[in-house]
Formats: sequence, C-alpha cells, structure tokens
Amino acid sequence: MEHMTFLVTVVIITALAFDFTNGFHDTANSMATSIATGALPPKVAVAISGALNLVGAFLSVQVAKTISGGIIDEKSGIHPQVVFAALIGAILWNLVTWLRGIPSSSSHALYGGLIGATLVAVGMHGVDFDVVVTKIIIPALASPVVAGVAAWGATKLAYRITRKGSAKATGKGFKAGQIASASLVSLAHGTNDAQKTMGVITLTLVTAGVLAPHSGPPVWVICASGLAIAAGTYIGGWRIIRTLGKGITDIEAPQGFTAQTASAAVILTSSHMGYGLSTTHVCSGGIMGAGKGGRTGVVNWSTARRMAYAWGLTLPAAALLSGLGALLADQGTWGIVLLAVIGAGCSAWIYLINRRRPIDATHVVDVPGSASLSAADPARTATATIAA
Amino acid sequence: MQINWAALGSTFGVSVLVTLAVVGAFCLGISALSRHETAVTDGGATGGGGARGAVALGTAVLCFALCAGVVGYGLYIIALS
Repeated sequence: MEHMTFLVTVVIITALAFDFTNGFHDTANSMATSIATGALPPKVAVAISGALNLVGAFLSVQVAKTISGGIIDEKSGIHPQVVFAALIGAILWNLVTWLRGIPSSSSHALYGGLIGATLVAVGMHGVDFDVVVTKIIIPALASPVVAGVAAWGATKLAYRITRKGSAKATGKGFKAGQIASASLVSLAHGTNDAQKTMGVITLTLVTAGVLAPHSGPPVWVICASGLAIAAGTYIGGWRIIRTLGKGITDIEAPQGFTAQTASAAVILTSSHMGYGLSTTHVCSGGIMGAGKGGRTGVVNWSTARRMAYAWGLTLPAAALLSGLGALLADQGTWGIVLLAVIGAGCSAWIYLINRRRPIDATHVVDVPGSASLSAADPARTATATIAA
Repeated sequence: MQINWAALGSTFGVSVLVTLAVVGAFCLGISALSRHETAVTDGGATGGGGARGAVALGTAVLCFALCAGVVGYGLYIIALS
C-alpha cells in the first residue's frame, strides 16, 4: 500500500507536469494573434491568458468526469503505472514539438499516450477504436476546416464593412475586439484542458482505490490542475507564439479579431455538441482562414503543411512513446524508476537544447533572421531561462 | 461505426453563422463609432452633427450589446458543458 501511495504521488506530479506543458504549449492559441498585432504587450497577454485559464478550470467538471471519453475502458485493468507511461509519452511529445515551434495538439498527445500505454498494458480490448475515430479523428479533421471557413468569411466581411471608417477608430476597435475574443478562447481552453488533467488524476485515484468509482475530481485536484495550467500559460511557449503569430500569415488587427472569434465560436459550439476537439487545430485553422481572407490573402502554406504533418503524427507518436514506456513500467518498481529517470532526463535535454537559441517575450515577434535573433548575449539567455 | 453527419453539419453551420453574426455586428458597431467621432468633430465646427452623432452612437451601443450578449451566452455554455 505504501508503494502504491508513492506511485500515485509520482503519477499526480507527472500529471501536473503535463498540465504545465499543456499550458505553455497552448498559450499561442489564444494570444499569438494579439501579440503579433500589438494589441497586447507579450507579457500582459500571457498574464491575462494565465489568469483566465485558472478561472476556466473552476467553471465546470463535466469533461473531467468523462475524461477518457469512453476511449479507455476503465474496467479493463488500467493501473497507475499505465497512466504514468501515458503521461511521460505525452510530455515528451509536447516538449519536442515545442522545441520545433510546432503548434501540435496537447489533447492529442494525451489521448495518444493513453491509447498507446493501454494497448501495451492490457491489449486491444482496452481501447474503443470507434470512439477514437468518431470523437477524436473526425473532429480533428473537421475543426480546422470549419474554423478556417468561418474566419475567412468573417475577415472578408470585416474588411468590407469597415472600409469607409477612419483607420484610427477601427484599428482601436479591432484591437479591443481581439483582446475580448482572445480572452474567451483562453477561458474555454482552461475549462477544456485543465479538466483533462483533472480527469487523469481522478482516474488514477480511482484505479488506486483512493476514490470511489465515478467520483468527480476532489477540490484539491481542481485547484492544482488550474494552477499548473495557469503557470504554464504564463511562462508562455514563445516559440509556438512566433509560429502562429508570424509564421503562417502577416496578421492585422481585424484578422486577429476574426480568427479568434471564429475559434471561440467553433470551440464553444462543438463542446456544446459533445465534441472534445483540440484548441490548437481550431485556432491554427482560424488564423489560416483569416490570412486567406485578408487584404493580401498570402498564407505561408509550407508552415501550414509542416503543422499538418505534426498533427497527423501526434497521436501515433505519443502512443508509440507511451507504449514503450508502458513496456518498461510493467517490469516492476525498477522499470517505473527507470522510466521516470528517462522522462526527466529527456525533458532536461530538450530544455538545454532550447537554451542554445532561446526565444522569449522580448523578441517573440521579430522576424526570424533579423539582428535581434542572432544575438546570443548572456543577459538574454538568462531572461530566457525564466521566460521560455 | 456510426458517423453523425447531421451533428457535424449543424456544428459547422452554427459555428460559421455565429462567427459571421458576431463579426458583422462588431464591425457595424466599429464603423458606427467611427461615424459618431466624425459627426462630433463636424458638429463642433458647424453645430449640425448632433443628431447624426447620437444615431451613430445608438447603433454602436446596440451592436456592441449584441456581441456582449453572444459572449455571455458563450460563457453560459462553457459553465454548462
């Protein structure tokens, strides 16, 4: 029992670590456009987003109650070490994509991790593939298209309606609208993604026999998950913010506003309809659509293509990593300890690679290749240590 | 496996319509506000822009209230779902 308790503690800490990576991986979804257009200073943007993620975490526990969404059969013999392996795989994939500046879905990393670890630990019957297709794959394919079409139409409309207005007044208005819509996306993100971690922790507590089956998340789980995702969001994944804010298209304030509004509309409508989709896919699709509908209509499709590849890879890659982890964790205590060491070691290694060429709030929206990027002065590296 | 095309389709339709409605209302609000500003500056010079300015301001308030209403409904959905 004592060993069990220790393992459960480790799993909870790992789940919160995943929640943290989820936060900084997804800051870009809500705030990249506001930072890119200068509607908000970078540091203020991440602070607002962090605070709203925290508030969002307290709004609802519905997603947490159905965390695995029926994907994983809870009665098929899931142990805390399976959840542990799933989390390690998800964290590593999140860190790798962050290092490459790719906005991949944290939710897919988590789902992939859970699926991979479950497949290895209990076999095919532990995963409901029908649910995987209908609740994860199809929404993942459809949501960026829906957000893109909505943002494209809205951008055309916005430019058309305001073409006669004075540039000063409309510019100010659109920036305010951008802040409001980005805040709504942050709030929705906190509700959706913090709950996924709550669900994982609750699942672990149930499998360990600490909580009765079908319990909701205890208050301390809600608080811890909310704080972890808020802290991660506040730290800010500047690499991904740069990709979304500058890499796909040159965003103007009206486009930022329409992209975020479309994202918020799609996220809220589909969670109302019961689709748990990825904020990342929706927001990226929204930004592409807004870029296409804008004045120049220029979208950097090579970046978009790279992102699409990463989206496709996320589920299988996280599943593979977690599957290997589950093999190791199944070997007993030494396997779990080794897995923990490997997970921590790889994370530290990725972090060190990041520090070689850090990106932080001070130069996040500089165009790559400009003078400030090549600067490797010690002071900047020091601030990036904290900021990245 | 059953793919619920009707649910997917209505999600698509509702998302696009809500986006267009909110963006449309917000943009009308912004241009009304811009007209109001022009009317006030004109009015200061000639003394005749008061009524036009008030109408523009009213339109702007109405449009923004509509947006706020939709956002409020959005929050309500978050808290429910």
